Amino acid sequence: METLQTGDLVRYVNGGTALTGTYITKRDGMAVVKLENGYNIGTSPEKIELVGRAAPQPPAGAGVVVQNPDLPDLAIISTGGTIASRVDYRTGAVTSQFSASDILRAIPELGDIARYRDRQIASILSENMRPDLWQELARAIYDEIRAGVAGVIVTHGTDTMSYSAAAVRFMLKTPVPVVFVGSQRSADRPSSDNAMNALCSAAVAAGDLGEVAVVMHATTNDDRCAVHRATRVRKMHTSRRDAFQSMGMEPLGYVDYPSLSVTLSDEAVRRGAQEPELRDALEERCALLHFYPGMPPAVLDAFEGYKGLVISGTGLGHVATEWIAPLRDMIESGTTVVMTSQCLHGRVCDRVYNTGRDLLAAGVIEGEDMLPEAALVKLMWVLGNEPDPERAGLLMRTDLAGEIRRRSI
Amino acid sequence: MMDYQKLGLKAGIEIHQQLDTAEKLFCRCPTCLRETTERTGEFYRYLRATESELGEIDRAAREEMRLVRKFCYYTYDTVCLVEHDEEPPAPMNPEALDVCLTIAKMLGMTPVEQVHTMRKLVIDGSNTSGFQRTALVALSGALPDGCRIETICLEEEAAQRVEDETFSLDRLGIPLVEITTAPCMHTPEAVQKVAEYIGMILRSTGRVKRGLGTIRQDINVSIAGGARVEIKGVQELALIAEVVRREVERQTNLLAIRDELRERGARVDHTVVDVTTLFSETKSSILKKAKAVLAVRLCGFAGLVGWEIQPGRRLGSEMSDYAKKCGVGGIFHTDELPAYGVTAEEVARLREFVGAEENDAVVIVAAGRERAGCAIEQVLIRSEMALSGVPEETRKMLEEGSTAYMRPLPGAARMYPETDVFSVTIGADRWDAIAVPELLTDRAERFVREFGLDEALARQVAFSERLPLFEKAVAAGVRPTLAARTLLATCRELARDGVAVGQVSEEELLLLLSAVEAGRAAKEAIPDLITELAQTAGAGAGTPEDRVNVAIEKMGPAVSQADVEAIIHRIVTEREAFAREKGMGALGPLMGVVMQELRGSVDGKVVSETLRRELKRLIS
Repeated sequence: METLQTGDLVRYVNGGTALTGTYITKRDGMAVVKLENGYNIGTSPEKIELVGRAAPQPPAGAGVVVQNPDLPDLAIISTGGTIASRVDYRTGAVTSQFSASDILRAIPELGDIARYRDRQIASILSENMRPDLWQELARAIYDEIRAGVAGVIVTHGTDTMSYSAAAVRFMLKTPVPVVFVGSQRSADRPSSDNAMNALCSAAVAAGDLGEVAVVMHATTNDDRCAVHRATRVRKMHTSRRDAFQSMGMEPLGYVDYPSLSVTLSDEAVRRGAQEPELRDALEERCALLHFYPGMPPAVLDAFEGYKGLVISGTGLGHVATEWIAPLRDMIESGTTVVMTSQCLHGRVCDRVYNTGRDLLAAGVIEGEDMLPEAALVKLMWVLGNEPDPERAGLLMRTDLAGEIRRRSI
Repeated sequence: MMDYQKLGLKAGIEIHQQLDTAEKLFCRCPTCLRETTERTGEFYRYLRATESELGEIDRAAREEMRLVRKFCYYTYDTVCLVEHDEEPPAPMNPEALDVCLTIAKMLGMTPVEQVHTMRKLVIDGSNTSGFQRTALVALSGALPDGCRIETICLEEEAAQRVEDETFSLDRLGIPLVEITTAPCMHTPEAVQKVAEYIGMILRSTGRVKRGLGTIRQDINVSIAGGARVEIKGVQELALIAEVVRREVERQTNLLAIRDELRERGARVDHTVVDVTTLFSETKSSILKKAKAVLAVRLCGFAGLVGWEIQPGRRLGSEMSDYAKKCGVGGIFHTDELPAYGVTAEEVARLREFVGAEENDAVVIVAAGRERAGCAIEQVLIRSEMALSGVPEETRKMLEEGSTAYMRPLPGAARMYPETDVFSVTIGADRWDAIAVPELLTDRAERFVREFGLDEALARQVAFSERLPLFEKAVAAGVRPTLAARTLLATCRELARDGVAVGQVSEEELLLLLSAVEAGRAAKEAIPDLITELAQTAGAGAGTPEDRVNVAIEKMGPAVSQADVEAIIHRIVTEREAFAREKGMGALGPLMGVVMQELRGSVDGKVVSETLRRELKRLIS
């Protein structure tokens, strides 16, 4: 068989009938062919033969969308989360779109809210995010703010969006809205939440907010998006549109759809409340450990040399008694250890039970009501900026970016 | 009578049949339908068409997007996040795939080696995702008359429209096979016959859903010089031939209109005239209320807009269908005016205002300004089409078999892979293991041969939903005729009389028949027993055995042969004079008296034999 390329015209014989189709690819030893009726099928490669080579395709989606110069300027920084995509029905390929023009073609209503400039810093699945990319992202946002944009939209995969948002929040003081947005249903589908989330995020980015936020569906309806504080938001469902929830506090606000009217709570930091400032140092030798019953303390050996360790402990903030001595050794050798709770809701209190009191005596820091992930990101930032363990410990117990609530409600 | 061959009729059908599987195609929900009053919640969504590789939105999709529409969905406790489009699909239901393969084998098709699930763009709201999941399973089959089956696909059923933009999610995701024939039929009757045959094949599997709405036919029709038109959702088999006949009639008339228009040198004037002020004092409330009344002049169209192209349908109806896509109620045209409160004087003024000559038709649309503008553009588009004949369209069936425009035929390029579902390889082992069930027609013949049922009853049993129960009863030793008559005739008659026969479980019917066969109850008591079981059905009613036993006891204790003889002896003795006078002729009248006394607790045959003996004894 000649080497086939995607798009080649092929003849496929099945049950005595010959059909024509388009060769797509070879997968698991099978040739995938898109028949003329639009269906893909898998077949043994010997059942197809080349009829004609792929015709060159016209360049996709050419043309620049003219934007309204009277509207505020927003930056769209993409990291890999998709808010717009295009389907090639010829091959079935779905490609993500990152340029402002492509995004505007897919979601034209964005053009009524602002002008956009695009910037792509990565094209990765969000599980492949790394602290160095958080830093690059924070710098890119800072540059855009210094260049005078009215707001920044960061498109991001939803899996680790709350880590990145929290990281940016710690590294950057912003006078303008910095809005993280993504979609829970892929942008190629007509039902995707991408368009509504994008429009709501643009409305927030052009609005009165002055902090880092995540803007995503508030309910399963296409009725409104919630504005979440970057350090108190968590993905609480694997697949639902309203997976993102503010933990231990009400959202900072809501955006009604389709009116796109934004309502912010009194607590939301307002535009212009702070000067732009970037402190992008991070100590990457930090880890987050989810304790389970029977977990051997020997796993701590893997973190030797780490500067910081956040434990997601049980209940009020516990690990097994046998962990106390190894943790004490670790702390004495210079690791900052912070306790959070796998309950996610509520505050750590290591003063109620003996184990807790022993942990405190060993030097473990109570992480208050911080989310484990936010505590990890914070610890990286704190240790990156504060070399003194004593002062670092104090900072971990202090609210720096809305990550700790004074009161539990 | 039309000469269909001369007209070049070509027709094909697509049959959609719901499968009776335990779970849906891409989630683990049951495949049961619900009442909308049972809903546990509602939610709403917007759908938007996605850009294709050439920056083009599919034309059918674009058509649907003319209206900004918000879709509302009803959900139930038998529906999960997959139907909500809030969770990726589960792997393809293997039970459904096996049923599909069974049907493919029965139709002599060849399976594809690997089944790939696709997303087919559908943004009319009937799928929460905006696409329908569908997979091509087998190709190239043949019907006994030589007509070719092109494909069989396994796909998910769409949500049921409750009204307007509201859909019910119970139906979404039920497995469905779609069988597509080649355009190999050339008469309306042939189309109906093919549909009947495929329907029989489907029911022969015993694995398909039954009842209204569980099978739907789409019919493709074209004639020479006409165009391919797809008529959606023909549910009644008996109407298929009529639908084809009426479509041929429609296309023939549209071609005749085209020829007449060309003859007249007709053209469409694209100038849209605002005639709102002309109707400020009109008696037509629609025109008077409207923010805008817009008019167009169709030069040379007079008399043709009102030309009937199908029973109850005119060219004007086609224009109206197009206009309705913009959310207006319809159109007015001068071929039907004066009427609807519009006076002759107003029509004359309208004609003069737009500069219409005698041979011209004027169409007006009344609505809000934006909608009216959209609708009048649609009228212009449809009018231009009239000049070139028959447009390619997807149409929906109206009552009686006429059709209305739905949307343009979908373009071919509106499918892409469902990446969340792995492909399924159909190995030789799986294909070989698929057993081909006995055809219902063969089964009916066998019932005649083996059970001595008459042909009509045998066919009725074979094609009935009660077939599995019938076979169970016969296997349990019930006489086939008794089983057949009870399950078909008796149950149907009782249902007609308002007895809730559906409340009686299959197990109870089976126990009842066995009891009759064992002589524990009389055949004549069956209707009363079923009625009793239906009336006492419900929660806490007891086991089927208990219920049947209780019902039999309630009908009266079993009467022994000795009792029967004693009763008959008494009755005959009481009426001795009558019996002597009539002789054996008294058998009939006395039979009624005896049966009434025994209240059906004894088999009529036993009674009649005993009575006959008693009479003979008396007379001799």
